[in-house]
Amino acid sequence: MPRVVVDVMLKPEILDPQGQAVANALPRLGVGDVASVRIGRRIEIEFTGEPDLDRAREIADKLLANPVIEDFTVRLVEADETADARS
Amino acid sequence: MTARVGVVTFPGSLDDGDAARAVRIAGAEPVRLWHGDAELHGVDAVVLPGGFSYGDYLRCGAIARFAPVMETIVDAAQGGLPVLGICNGFQILCEAHLLPGALTRNQHLHFRNRDQVLRIESAGTAWTNAFQPGQEVLIPVKNGEGCYVADTATLDQLEAEGRVVARYVGGNPNGSQRDIAAITNAAGNVVGIMPHPEHAVEALTGPSLDGLGFFTSALKHLVGAPA
Repeated sequence: MPRVVVDVMLKPEILDPQGQAVANALPRLGVGDVASVRIGRRIEIEFTGEPDLDRAREIADKLLANPVIEDFTVRLVEADETADARS
Repeated sequence: MTARVGVVTFPGSLDDGDAARAVRIAGAEPVRLWHGDAELHGVDAVVLPGGFSYGDYLRCGAIARFAPVMETIVDAAQGGLPVLGICNGFQILCEAHLLPGALTRNQHLHFRNRDQVLRIESAGTAWTNAFQPGQEVLIPVKNGEGCYVADTATLDQLEAEGRVVARYVGGNPNGSQRDIAAITNAAGNVVGIMPHPEHAVEALTGPSLDGLGFFTSALKHLVGAPA
C-alpha cells in the first residue's frame, strides 16, 4: 500500500539548536567538513483506502507542522521505497 | 459574588494544583476543568497551567489544542473570556492561534529553572492590571522550550500595540526574541507567560508574592475596575 510521507523542517530563518548540537559533535567523530546540520521530522501516513494527498496536506497544515516556524512537503511513496529509506 | 476561575487539567499537566491554589489565595473560587469535557461550567476566566500536555509529543501544546475543552475556550476567548496560559499553557495558546508566534527549544538546549526578574511592560491586560507599567517582579521560570519566536513584522506589531506584556530582566533564560516573557492578544484578555506566577504566591514556597498580582488582576478585570 502506498503511503504519504510528510517531511517537516524548521524554516531556514528559525534557529535549530538541536541541529547545531549535532553539528558540534561531528568533529568528535573525526568529521570536519560539515558546514551545518538541520533536523526535521518525517511522518508516514497510511490511509485505509486510497492515499489522499490533499487530506494529508490538510493534516500537515493543521497538526503535523506549525506554519509559524515550520515548512512541510507532502509526497506519495510506494511501500518498498519506504522500506529502502529505512535501511 | 466570588469569581469562578477554571483551571484546565490535560493529560500531563503538572501545575494545575498550584494554579488552582493561586486562584484561591487571590480570593476566587478555583474550578477544575477536564480536557475531555467541552463544558466550561460557567467560569468567569480560565488558566491553562504548565506541564507537559500529551507528553509534549509532536510539538509542545500541538495536541492539547485539539482537546474538546480547547475548542470551547478558543470561542470563549474570542468573545472576551480572560485566559491566562502559563508555560505549557502559553505554548497551547500559540498552537491554538489565540496568540501569535511560537515557543521553541531553549537556544542553549538546557532546561532552565531559576527565579527570574521580569519587567511588566503592559499593565493594560486582564491579567496585569494590578501592576504598574515598568514594575519589576520576581517569578520562577522553568522551561525547556520557552524561546519565543515570531517573524519581525509580528514582533514589531506586538511592540507597537503594547502587546509585549513582560520581558526578562537580568539575563534571558531561553533566548526568546527581544527578551519576551509574556504577550497578549489584541483585546488584552488572553495572556501567555513563560515563567510561573502561580509558584510565587506564598512566602513558604515562592521567592516572592509577586505572582499573585496576575490572579488578582483578573478579579479586578471581572468586576470592571479600570485597568
